[in-house]
Amino acid sequence: MVGARVREREDEWTGLMRSAMSGDDTAYHRLLKAVTPVLRATARRGLARAGQPVDQSEDIVQDILLAVHLKRHTWDANAAFAPWLFAIARNKLIDALRRRGRRVFVSIDDFAETLADQPAAETASPTEVAAQLNSLPARQRDVLQSIAVESASIKDTAAKLAMSEGAVRVALHRGLASLTAKLRES
Amino acid sequence: MDTDQLIRSLAADNSHRARSVGFTLALALLAAAPVSILMFFAELGVRPDVMTAMHNPFFDLKFAVTLALAAAAIIVSLHLSRPEAELRGWAWLLAIPAGLLVAGISGEMMMPQRLPMMTRLVGSNSKVCMSAIPAMSLPLLVAALIGLRHGAPTRPAVAGAIAGMVSAGLAATLYASHCTDDSPLFVATWYTLATALVTAIGALAGSRVLRY
Repeated sequence: MVGARVREREDEWTGLMRSAMSGDDTAYHRLLKAVTPVLRATARRGLARAGQPVDQSEDIVQDILLAVHLKRHTWDANAAFAPWLFAIARNKLIDALRRRGRRVFVSIDDFAETLADQPAAETASPTEVAAQLNSLPARQRDVLQSIAVESASIKDTAAKLAMSEGAVRVALHRGLASLTAKLRES
Repeated sequence: MDTDQLIRSLAADNSHRARSVGFTLALALLAAAPVSILMFFAELGVRPDVMTAMHNPFFDLKFAVTLALAAAAIIVSLHLSRPEAELRGWAWLLAIPAGLLVAGISGEMMMPQRLPMMTRLVGSNSKVCMSAIPAMSLPLLVAALIGLRHGAPTRPAVAGAIAGMVSAGLAATLYASHCTDDSPLFVATWYTLATALVTAIGALAGSRVLRY
């Protein structure tokens, strides 16, 4: 039963990721929304097992999402999406626990078998990503602020900040890449 | 920024397309190759009797071994740049250069020899070999690491070690055209030691710079 549901879910993810890679932004948005509860539940379980406060799980979730985004060119469109995703998630979870001084065995199955039936609510505390946002160059910060927080489109952001759409896209991507770099340093 | 907001910004960046790891690796190696080639011509140069040497199958075998190492390591390193990849099922590729060497050694054993085995093994260039191959490897190793940083290896030290083999294989190809020691015994000893050194440096560097 559970196996069939998991398989169905993973097939759906693979389909969404294929659409995303061929330029469907909505499919990509849906995919990221769909995987997040599974990542969150597994991160919470990993933290709990390591005796760490589970309210730090959102940092790990955001770290995984950023890595998924910036490394998605390493996904082979002919392969299933879930094993690729869980390999990145496992890597990031182990890293996060190690940084907190814990060595915990995390297996791919921890993710694969997680059903987000009772999705844990996102914790309200500000995350590391939010804290690093202010240390970005002004332009990247403004673009990210506009698109992420104010949910403006690229077009509206360009008009508001008196930039070209191309410049907004570049600033957005650089902003996300430098956020990731800052998280790695901290 | 909460997670929903982060997801929104990631989706907005979906149109950004990164180059493949293979392309980045190729570009980085091509950019570093002139540095190693310059080092080669400044310090070593091609051996003067290269035209006659080319008719010696053991001279040619050196290139087969070093190029097989470089090619196998490039294939394995690109495989390992994917997060879900495992070395299992791919490591045998790295045995191809070793197999060529074993075949070469057996071939040489069956031929009448002018020089005793130990003399052939020790050769006359072992010190140059041990310093020139690692030195010419370094620019290529930096390039391979830069290229692979674009990937997402789950085990950065292993990926770094394979990057070391890529650079050592390419540097040894250059060195092979300078060295007058053609015995497979010499190659199996000194080229292997030099490669092992570069591989260790690659593993060390990779464990730091290939984390993503």
